Amino acid sequence: MTIPKGKLVAIMGGSGCGKTTLLRLIGGQLKPSSGQVKVAGQVVGDLDREALYALRRKMSMLFQFGALFTDMSVFDNIAFQLREHTELPEDMIRDLVLMKLNAVGLRGTAKLYPAELSGGMARRVALARAVALDPELIMYDEPFAGLDPISLAAVGNTIRRLNDTLGATSIVVTHDVIESLQIVDYLYFVADGKIVGHGTPDDIRASTEPFVKQFVHAEMDGPVPFHYPAAQYADDLGLPLEKKSRGAA
Amino acid sequence: MIEPIRGLGARGIETIWRGGAMARFFWLVLVQSGMSFRRLSLTVREIYFAGVMSLVIIMVSGLFVGMVLGLQGFETLQKYGAEETMGVLVALSLVRELGPVVTALLFASRAGSAITAEIGLMKATEQLKAMDMMAIDPVARVVAPRFWAGVISMPILAALFSAMGIFGGYIVAVALVGIDPGVFWANMQSAVDFRYDILNGIIKSIAFGIAVSIIATFEGFDADPTAEGVSRATTRTVVTSALTVLAIDLILTAFMIRGL
Repeated sequence: MTIPKGKLVAIMGGSGCGKTTLLRLIGGQLKPSSGQVKVAGQVVGDLDREALYALRRKMSMLFQFGALFTDMSVFDNIAFQLREHTELPEDMIRDLVLMKLNAVGLRGTAKLYPAELSGGMARRVALARAVALDPELIMYDEPFAGLDPISLAAVGNTIRRLNDTLGATSIVVTHDVIESLQIVDYLYFVADGKIVGHGTPDDIRASTEPFVKQFVHAEMDGPVPFHYPAAQYADDLGLPLEKKSRGAA
Repeated sequence: MIEPIRGLGARGIETIWRGGAMARFFWLVLVQSGMSFRRLSLTVREIYFAGVMSLVIIMVSGLFVGMVLGLQGFETLQKYGAEETMGVLVALSLVRELGPVVTALLFASRAGSAITAEIGLMKATEQLKAMDMMAIDPVARVVAPRFWAGVISMPILAALFSAMGIFGGYIVAVALVGIDPGVFWANMQSAVDFRYDILNGIIKSIAFGIAVSIIATFEGFDADPTAEGVSRATTRTVVTSALTVLAIDLILTAFMIRGL
């Protein structure tokens, strides 16, 4: 799997197929048992703590539920990295924070606390926090999960716009086919730990690969079965005799 | 028959494993403590939440414990005609034992459980992971300031507990029993030794502060990231802290008692 610089790439697949694990491998939160992940030419798994933290300063991650610091205001959440990693004066930090908040349309929430925000607003604040230091690589873990259609469109457009404005590389892990096909440059489909399909949104729409087709067209049955593997239904219901008698007949 | 033995063994291994993990965590906190002192505001903020917010429960409890000690002490001492030494009894009991021990137990229940719950919830809501992804070490930024806040707060709270307890004992002795205030203070002053009694009490409270703070932060950091996990971690903090404080108290007292 290759993620080209400056592109917005989606990684899609069923629940539990390892999409979030992939993001954690890229971010160095997990070490691969085999193979390697390279970011900007560096093998992430081989880096020591100092080198990994130096690399992480060039990347950021939007967590599924925002992971905003609940004891800080929206303003302080976004100022957090600026205060920790830079020596910028407080008035400049203030301007930068307001600019980031304005970019996600939430400048008016600066004084609110995360508990006072809706799910969509929290996600956008987290987005503003993720780009506070203008990272080169931004990873999004399920950014559309649980959002209403208006918030979903707002988050989707903001992801695309931030990627283009910052000239960053973005990786979006998501289930949302419709939104992804509208905003991303390239898509990868993952199943059972393997890439089962990839291409541009147009390639994906036209794909005949069974898994991709099932996923894109939301078909209930296909390579991904509707039923989780289980014992015979009749056995589970305690009806083995009836089954045998029918077989005999 | 074999199952209970196996279960016992599993619990033993789990306990040893957790002890080892906590020792490693303690070392990590010490190594990552630089930020707590370079940016003192982080530690001061936690001293406010852990120490200042515990003042009411510590001071009120100290007052009551001192008054109860006074009442119980009077009943026994008057049998021997030694009720004038009530001040000594109250002061020595508080400064040597009850002050540090009860303060540590109360601190574990109020502040320790709060620290565990806060760190545990930060873990459950991925705030610690987010911080780590921002190249900011959560042990240095979140854990170490809370640890040092506990260590610094404990001796001060224990001293306040003892002071309030002595005041409680004074109320009982002077206002209720009618002992002369001068005798109460003079006997106390002549019997309480700074190095042997007060310093040993301070040493104990520092040891308890280290123990309770590391248990509280470790349990929060190690909690399962679920509501049930955080709840269990909070309970473990209170139980483990109480047992550890009492065990450390026994060991330290054995070393501190003259002639042993």
